[in-house]
Amino acid sequence: MNRSHVVSCTLAALAAFGLSGCGKEAPPPPAPQKAAPPPELAIKIGHVAPLTGNIAHLGKDNENGARLAVEELNAKGVMIEGKKLKIELIGEDDQADPKTGTVVAQKLVDAKVNGVVGHLNSGTTIPASKIYADAGIPQISPSATNPTYTQQGFKTAMRVMANDIQQGKVVGEFAVHKLGAKTVAIIDDRTAYGQGLADEVEKAAKAGGVKIVAREFTKNDATDFRAILTKIKGRRPDAVFYGGMDAQAGPMAKQMKQLGLKAKFMSGDGACTPEFIKLAGDAAEGFYCTQAGLPLERMTDKTFSERYKKRFNSEVQIYSPYSYDAVAVIVDAMKRAKSADPAVYITELPKTSYLGVTGRIEFDDKGDVKNGAITMYETREGKLNVLEVVGGAAPAAAEAPKAEAPKADAAKK
Amino acid sequence: MSAVDFEILLQQILNGLVLGSVYALVALGYTMVYGVLGLINFAHGEVVMIGALSTLSAARLLQSVLPGLPGPIVLLLSTLAAIPVCMALGYTIERVAYRPLRFAPRLAPLITAIGVSILLQNIAMVVWGRSYHSFPAYVSTEPFQVFGATMTPVQVVIIVVAMAIMAGLMFLVHRTKLGRAMRATAENQSVAGLMGVNINAIISITFVIGSALAAVAGVMVAANYSIAHYYMGFVLGLKAFTAAVLGGIGNLGGAVAGGLLLGLIESLGAGYIGDLTGGFMGSNYQDVFAFFVLIMVLVFRPSGLMGERVAERA
Repeated sequence: MNRSHVVSCTLAALAAFGLSGCGKEAPPPPAPQKAAPPPELAIKIGHVAPLTGNIAHLGKDNENGARLAVEELNAKGVMIEGKKLKIELIGEDDQADPKTGTVVAQKLVDAKVNGVVGHLNSGTTIPASKIYADAGIPQISPSATNPTYTQQGFKTAMRVMANDIQQGKVVGEFAVHKLGAKTVAIIDDRTAYGQGLADEVEKAAKAGGVKIVAREFTKNDATDFRAILTKIKGRRPDAVFYGGMDAQAGPMAKQMKQLGLKAKFMSGDGACTPEFIKLAGDAAEGFYCTQAGLPLERMTDKTFSERYKKRFNSEVQIYSPYSYDAVAVIVDAMKRAKSADPAVYITELPKTSYLGVTGRIEFDDKGDVKNGAITMYETREGKLNVLEVVGGAAPAAAEAPKAEAPKADAAKK
Repeated sequence: MSAVDFEILLQQILNGLVLGSVYALVALGYTMVYGVLGLINFAHGEVVMIGALSTLSAARLLQSVLPGLPGPIVLLLSTLAAIPVCMALGYTIERVAYRPLRFAPRLAPLITAIGVSILLQNIAMVVWGRSYHSFPAYVSTEPFQVFGATMTPVQVVIIVVAMAIMAGLMFLVHRTKLGRAMRATAENQSVAGLMGVNINAIISITFVIGSALAAVAGVMVAANYSIAHYYMGFVLGLKAFTAAVLGGIGNLGGAVAGGLLLGLIESLGAGYIGDLTGGFMGSNYQDVFAFFVLIMVLVFRPSGLMGERVAERA
């Protein structure tokens, strides 16, 4: 009897502990007994990206960026209303699948997260954004570039890098003016991202007087592109653009070379990664691609890639600096709002003017980042080399490193 | 038809044959297990993947020990190292996941097969990581010209290996004592058991042989696309399964015929649907076309192109 009483007490205590552990921003204990350390304000930030499946390497990169931000902010100790912020990152896997994307979004809403960083793919970000919007939870995507995401009129949907309208325009104009292409073949992977970007490139190229000689399609889990490439070879285009991810672009570049298709190969941010070069091998030479953001060496915080490497023992793939900044932007808005309550700090988010790792982040009325930069790269000697940066915030900040950049390049060689 | 058009057509046919041989290599493993056990071993695609990745690991090890070894020999030796790994894996899968369910309702082993597939994928993700591994060109992937179309030595090897394995398996099943025992087991397990056939041993051997083939298939696929990844087996497995059904599952010749047919349909489909329909359909209809052919074949020949047994198994 006595013993069972003890047990039930312990259980009750454990249950109480557990509840307070998962409760949303546990209300401050009215009488803080432990006075010595400042009381903690526990919040949860959800992160969603594909952690399994064929672009898991990019998903892990995004999550690592967010994790680094959370760890550094926790270590630094952000104070909100006299309470020390204790951020917990809840990393979810959406498998790059729109259906799974909405399921994990609902899961995060049910877990009462204070904010969401993600998702990675436009195809998952767009359907999930409705769920976050209905729940009033701010969502910042570090990598979903499809314009539709912020055009739906959701106050909660924002992104910290340029979108595909900007990116498509840069690629299209590059093909016309710099490559002098008269005919272009376009391939996409039938995802919201790939298709959206390919459409924007097509628009920009047509506007420049280019003839689209073939519009072909593949899938985001394919490895054999010889059939469509052979068809394209028959049309003799000057350039081929692929809207999709590195996992397809790599083998595609190789197969182009094997088939003797000599057109210039171009792609967007999804294929603009070190992984692409690894997969394409020597077929990667002379490949042009864009990233919706600044090159690492021109970012405001140049130690980011070192910190990242030290913590995760791997290279920055592409968007981890942006997921890092997305977390920081959320926390910054909380600081200014003096609250971690989504309903309160969401009013501060649009007023953001935050100097992050990637540069100064400000949002326009849709939730797109202002002055989003697009960087054009060319692969030479197995490296992504910056060709030009279009747009970008704070010209002064962008000018200064520009002078250093050639030196840095020279040092590399 | 101009010379260029002819070159493109020839190239598309070659593309289809190579793709089809890749499907056929994997489909042979599916069909063999199905032929003996009536079980669709959905984990087969994952064994293919493990074969490719263990070959890659073995090759890296081998090159660090003996740096000067020529590529094809490295590939051969590391494939020989990966085969026992896959054989052991195949044996374990059968022993742990399928044997206890041999007399359970048909759905149960199918579900465990899917479970094993997901399990292996995730184990491989932990062991080899999420990144793509570029598979070094141990056999040259430099193209050569065939009447204006291009082919690579790897592709020739793939077609030859697919045909050789099919011939080898046919010999094994139809001309050896082991093959007779396999066929007897396929016919009726209990009767074969009463006649002195060691059913468990035969089924284990079937799995072990199927897994050895999977290792070879994995190496071929990885070498052809110069890429290996923990996820590579999944889509490949589905396509190969389709090829096996198309050709008549359980029939070795059918697996190769189905694989080649599927490869050709996909390749020619992607290449010519757009022009044939005046741009109304494009290469996005590639799979629609391939699976439409599958449906038509199954409607008119439910046991597949070369399948004989109907409704007796499934």
